[in-house]
Amino acid sequence: MSNSTWPLWEVFIRSKQGLNHKHVGSLRAPDATLALENARDVYTRRSEGISIWVVESANIHATDIDEVDSFFEPSDTKIYRHPTFYEVPDGVKHM
Amino acid sequence: MTLAEQEKRFQEKIDNEIKIEPNDWMPDAYRQTLIRQISQHAHSEVVGMLPEGNWITRAPNLRRKAVLLAKVQDEAGHGLYLYSAIETLGADREQTIDDLHSGKAKYSSIFNYPALTWADIGAIGWLVDGAAIMNQVALCRTSYGPYARAMVKICKEESFHQRQGYESLMVLCKGTPAQKAMAQDALNRFWWPALMMFGPNDAESTHSEQSMNWKIKRFTNDELRQSFVDATVAQAELLGLTIPDANLRWNEERGHYDFSEINWDEFWQVVKGNGPCNKERIEARVKAKENGLWVREAANAYAKKRAMKKSA
Ligand SMILES: [Fe+2]
Ligand SMILES: [Fe+2]
Repeated sequence: MSNSTWPLWEVFIRSKQGLNHKHVGSLRAPDATLALENARDVYTRRSEGISIWVVESANIHATDIDEVDSFFEPSDTKIYRHPTFYEVPDGVKHM
Repeated sequence: MTLAEQEKRFQEKIDNEIKIEPNDWMPDAYRQTLIRQISQHAHSEVVGMLPEGNWITRAPNLRRKAVLLAKVQDEAGHGLYLYSAIETLGADREQTIDDLHSGKAKYSSIFNYPALTWADIGAIGWLVDGAAIMNQVALCRTSYGPYARAMVKICKEESFHQRQGYESLMVLCKGTPAQKAMAQDALNRFWWPALMMFGPNDAESTHSEQSMNWKIKRFTNDELRQSFVDATVAQAELLGLTIPDANLRWNEERGHYDFSEINWDEFWQVVKGNGPCNKERIEARVKAKENGLWVREAANAYAKKRAMKKSA
């Protein structure tokens, strides 16, 4: 087995308490332990993180790029979900 | 949608500064151009570790040694970010590395010059990383998302590379006459190869125009080279060193420095594999891959064993 058959891992890093884990890139590794260690060496050489997630890329399911328009249509057409849709008189405070 | 419609929609995105992401439709030539450019870039980061790595054990003190080690380690990271970006385009990473080893893929010609003295390590940080930064800052706005994001991260890390080189040369320039002469000699040898890093003149650059239209490149080779010269002259003066070009002078009208024509014969010789260190560099990379085989095999065996234990 050469390292081209090592699975691809997506790396997510929490930079500090209170923030989400954020996708930073990917790497190849034979297992999760080494993926985590490699992710530390590659993506956190300057204290960029306090927590790392690695997920095998094969386990990620994504929306279909060709169906983006229809898939997200329900949200694009509901402008009344935004506060700016509603009219309130100028005199109303704290709203 | 027809091909022509897809191409039109693609170019509209580019024109409107909308980034292209891995699963988006893209013209095959755009994909191939990116794979070629990013893999050259990745190989340059990796081969670029060799001339400096050679000096880690000979750094003059512990501070310089720790700094050089950190810089070389960064370059390995840069290579990895870029190999990852290539994979998002559907290229096979091992194949791109094998293409480097077979001589099919290129890397920056600068790394085919030897680092002969300690001053060369300072000159490499100052000039070679300096030129690379000029290129890479422009690439932070490149049209392909994963490449642009890799560049942002790389640029953040690069800034210390140039500063440590300049600082190290500053120490030599304030030292004994012999130390200062060593710094001048390093500048003499690295100045022209550094200017060659920006590639052929715009008129000779085969891929330039299409790459500009696709916004893979945001500035031409000559524009970037000029910016580099303009930024570097004052830095050399501050060191008290002389740039080895009798025709270098400020052009009031252009608002830029004029400088001599590059020796393009030398450039093409090095690109074609006849530079001072081409053979040595590739041999070192091939040897590293072969010598690392047992480590990769051991990692596989260990992963397998742990997986078996888990399922038992
Ligand atoms: Fe780098
Ligand atoms: Fe660098």
